[in-house]
Amino acid sequence: MKPPPFEYHAPRDLGQALSTLAEVRGKVLAGGQSLIPMLNMRLAAPEHLVDINRVPELAVMEAAPDGVRIGAAVRHAEVERAGVHPLLVRALKLVAHPVIRNRGTVVGSLAHADPAAELPAVLAVLGGSVRLARAGAPERDVGAAEFFVGPMESAVQEGELAVSAYFPALGPRTGGAFEEVTRRHGDYALAGVCAVVTLGEDGAIEAARLACIGVGPVPVVVDVTGSPDDAARIVSERTEPDGDVHASAAYRRHLVGVLAERALRNATREAQARGA
Amino acid sequence: MEHEITLVVNGTARRVTVPARRLLSDCLRHDLGLTGTHVGCEHGVCGCCTVLLDGRPVRSCLTFAVSVDGAELTTVEGLSSGGRLSPVQRAFAECHGLQCGFCTPGFLCTVTALLEENPAPTEEEVLEGISGNLCRCTGYQNIVKAVHRAAELLAEEA
Ligand SMILES: Cc1cc2nc3c(=O)[nH]c(=O)nc-3n(C[C@H](O)[C@H](O)[C@H](O)COP(=O)(O)OP(=O)(O)OC[C@H]3O[C@@H](n4cnc5c(N)ncnc54)[C@H](O)[C@@H]3O)c2cc1C
Ligand code: FES
Ligand code: FES
Repeated sequence: MKPPPFEYHAPRDLGQALSTLAEVRGKVLAGGQSLIPMLNMRLAAPEHLVDINRVPELAVMEAAPDGVRIGAAVRHAEVERAGVHPLLVRALKLVAHPVIRNRGTVVGSLAHADPAAELPAVLAVLGGSVRLARAGAPERDVGAAEFFVGPMESAVQEGELAVSAYFPALGPRTGGAFEEVTRRHGDYALAGVCAVVTLGEDGAIEAARLACIGVGPVPVVVDVTGSPDDAARIVSERTEPDGDVHASAAYRRHLVGVLAERALRNATREAQARGA
Repeated sequence: MEHEITLVVNGTARRVTVPARRLLSDCLRHDLGLTGTHVGCEHGVCGCCTVLLDGRPVRSCLTFAVSVDGAELTTVEGLSSGGRLSPVQRAFAECHGLQCGFCTPGFLCTVTALLEENPAPTEEEVLEGISGNLCRCTGYQNIVKAVHRAAELLAEEA
């Protein structure tokens, strides 16, 4: 189908973008890879679209030793190509297909807040944050734990723009992994687990965190530092998957346990390789 | 409201007036008469509307024409030059990489960009590269062969 009519705004700088959003209260158009399908299927009919693709301040990516800040107009493919954050890049390769990633943005994936999307899990497991701006107010940083509010619902308020996201780097003796099961390559996951493991000087697990997707309204973060060997059971107990045409709730619950074990094992192996 | 935009399509600047909601796929097909770009699902899944935007493959059904005002586009009509099919097009013909041809424009644009970025892809890289394009006829085997053959042809002609 065709999208419903809307009024189009293409601000040329950040100030203009914020004042337009404050005035028209429209929807932000970033890569359009989730929004345009929703418009084409007439699942949304915003009166105004504010296109942020011509706002130069948002097209920047800053990589520092302690983490990477990614502007709202930076596309999945650009982050992948820059290779700035190994765990983020690994997760990006699981997002849709290369052609979709040429348009889709990292911040758009976070703002869209699909419960089966990969990037929210990466932000959640790392304890990253999203920076929000609105006209005439100071910017605010919202941590991942508060940013994901519910299925397709983030902390971005009407008239607000997510300007960037910050993904902390993995520290020394720390490894990451992302494991998921999809019906077809590039589909949203039936379930998935992002793991980050830090080893002590002696090689024992010092910290182990998991973020699970497709098994709750938002990424479910589980700390299994105390009992990594029991991760599958803990995760199955802590998640509340729904059943749908793709998989039953019981299958998802089983799957997330298996994936948790696998992700932990792979993250531990990577931590060892990184100089434990 | 209507918007006047300029698109550089296959090397020619085209001015066109479109409503904001005009999808790039419809702009190419209906406003510019370039019906080589096909439309299947209109939600990003089938890949047959794929065109090159500033050299990179994108879904024209998930892009608004107004959003890409000023950009350079290559559609399937722009792949051949001087009446001669491009190496990717010749490889698809030679390897029987198409039957009904509905998916073909999207595959050709996707593969053209894939081989530009990675002139000698492995089997796995080819599968990953075309994973976003659906074909209901060929069973994909000959498309995969065509991608490898196109890589050979491009190497020979380089
Ligand atoms: C075939 C297909 C398969 C896909 N598979 C996957 C998958 O496996 N995993 C996955 O995670 N995603 C998948 N996606 C979705 C894709 O990753 C989207 O690109 C992404 O979810 C949204 O990013 P975008 O920049 O395209 O945002 P848009 O589509 O432009 O926007 C999405 C939503 O976020 C809001 N928004 C965007 N940016 C901002 C901002 N800066 N501030 C405030 N609000 C904002 C918009 O208003 C809109 O509501 C798939 C898409 C397609 C078409
Ligand atoms: S028509 Fe665009 S992906 Fe199917
Ligand atoms: S040749 Fe018919 S769909 Fe691919």
